[in-house]
Amino acid sequence: MKTLRLLIFLVLLSTIQTSTYAIQRFPKPEFESGYTQPQTLMPHGRAEILSYLDVAVLIIALTFISWVIIRKRSRNWVFWTSMFSLAYFGFYREGCVCAIGSIQNVSLALFDSSYVIPVTVIAFFILPLVYTLLFGRTFCAGVCPFGAMQDLVAFRPQKLGTRLNAILGIIPYLYLGLAILYAATGTDFIICRYDPFVGIFRLNASFGMFFFAGTLLVSGIFIARPYCRFLCPYGVLLNWFSRFSRQHMTITPAHCIQCRLCENSCPYDAIEIPLTEKNPENRKTRVKKLIIIIFLLPLLTFTGGWTASLLHTSLAGVHSKVKLARQVLHPVKDEKQAETFEIQAYKSSGKPEAQVYQEALVVLERFKTGSWWVGSFMGLVFGLLIAGKMLKKYDPDYVPNKGRCFSCAKCVDYCPVKPEKN
Amino acid sequence: MQDRRSFINLFVRGSFLTGLAFLSGALILRKKEGEFCGLDFGCNRCDKSESCNLPEASLYRETVWQLDPAKCIQCGRCATSCVMTPSAVKCTHVYAMCGYCDLCGGYLKPDTKNISTAAENQLCPTNAIKRKFVEEPFFEYEIDEALCIGCGKCVKGCSAFGNGSLQLQVRHNRCQNCNQCSIARVCPSDAYSRVPASKPYLLKGIEQDSTTAPKINLGEKGV
Repeated sequence: MKTLRLLIFLVLLSTIQTSTYAIQRFPKPEFESGYTQPQTLMPHGRAEILSYLDVAVLIIALTFISWVIIRKRSRNWVFWTSMFSLAYFGFYREGCVCAIGSIQNVSLALFDSSYVIPVTVIAFFILPLVYTLLFGRTFCAGVCPFGAMQDLVAFRPQKLGTRLNAILGIIPYLYLGLAILYAATGTDFIICRYDPFVGIFRLNASFGMFFFAGTLLVSGIFIARPYCRFLCPYGVLLNWFSRFSRQHMTITPAHCIQCRLCENSCPYDAIEIPLTEKNPENRKTRVKKLIIIIFLLPLLTFTGGWTASLLHTSLAGVHSKVKLARQVLHPVKDEKQAETFEIQAYKSSGKPEAQVYQEALVVLERFKTGSWWVGSFMGLVFGLLIAGKMLKKYDPDYVPNKGRCFSCAKCVDYCPVKPEKN
Repeated sequence: MQDRRSFINLFVRGSFLTGLAFLSGALILRKKEGEFCGLDFGCNRCDKSESCNLPEASLYRETVWQLDPAKCIQCGRCATSCVMTPSAVKCTHVYAMCGYCDLCGGYLKPDTKNISTAAENQLCPTNAIKRKFVEEPFFEYEIDEALCIGCGKCVKGCSAFGNGSLQLQVRHNRCQNCNQCSIARVCPSDAYSRVPASKPYLLKGIEQDSTTAPKINLGEKGV
């Protein structure tokens, strides 16, 4: 018996070149010693019901933090709520799925009808936006574990100045545009891939990602919340929604007395310096500015779209189907490996060559349309930022910029005004 | 002036809310592409699943990552690309398919000079395959999950020379179920896909009964 098996083995060794999957070459033995065959263990993951618990915790945390910020007005309470969120959504849930990453699931679901988006992911995307529309960016203040982690290290926040803030503030728009483009085309989830803090939550990441996280946290000592301000793509949406929020955290509980005590209290440069003069410039210059803006916006939108559409082949270069088509077209010559794994898999799948090219062309076409949209969006954003710099809003009091303010309530303690008693 | 501003705010707020309502409604209620019977893995794409009586149908919303061993070419990237170290992908032994061979193609290197179980003759780089004598001439092979790094060397050997009972699988007690699997991104044969959480494993030679799946598992990590 043993020699027979050895023979079969050697024969197979010499004949079989390509791997064939799961063929019953050797019959199942009939045991005589009463041996019982062990079970193949297939342990399950986290129970689904727990992901609904996550949504419940999210709702409770959002409601609580909004109440703390709008009614209670206490930085201490905000801090401890954010610590709870850091522990639960960060270290216990290990940062997945988060509201920031859910942008990609939503975009993929909108463009690929075969992808089924879980209801819990929809909830993680929608709920913070709804709460922001009602109470401002309370999500950033006390629910997002990323914000909580960066708030912990912000020991020596420095003022960056309006210009630097504005320039760096464009990055999140670009990040959002690219994240949607790559998710919608089914290429990659770049927000998750370059998520700096998830490695800390898991205590497991590549050296590069740990380095990125370390850089962010160290720079976060001097530049408060660098990820939130200059990278977070979800922050872009929250910024828009917060501008039109029903209620918003106020620095003063009653009336601003212009004491300027809060002026330097915001670590994120989100407090607007008051513009006391109602009409600082005459009618003629304002009309001139408006005309410039009206002409500038479409021009920038078109230029942006056109520029990005020129780059669509390089943008599509990371898509697996485009990569495969390139490799089929130009096989890599390497001494170490005769052909790449992609080519091996493609050959064993028996797919015709024309189909590979066809699929890559479809992807390229989608990227062409997508890059027009992303480019136009970037042009429009750029134009609107310039417009925002040109047109000043009259406001005599010290108020937080509703778009940029994280509602962290750090400024609240600086205000000497006591609330009015009814 | 103040009235006009608050009116604009109210209007924009209303349109944002309506937009969000439409978006979530569209995402939840939209028709899914393709129709499959509930007996297939495609039940998460079936628009009849609301009225379906099968146990999978009630649980089709949450998804997990699954590796299809039929597509896998054992490139070795599962070992290196997972966000976890060691990888959450491990070799899984389907005992029902195993031939219990003495000369195991998954255990021994094919080009060994003299047949012995010395370390230099073993395929597994981490010595994760435990060989146990059962009876003449059969041997049982057991994967030590704590040692296995998911490189797939034994899987390649077993499918080339044996029955193919060693198969790579995402182990769901270890998998973080990332939003986007970092192995799926680099998999050369597109073997990864999102599947309903009620049927997480796909193994040749094993029929999976989803009704035996535990309803509550507090997600303890098997370390």
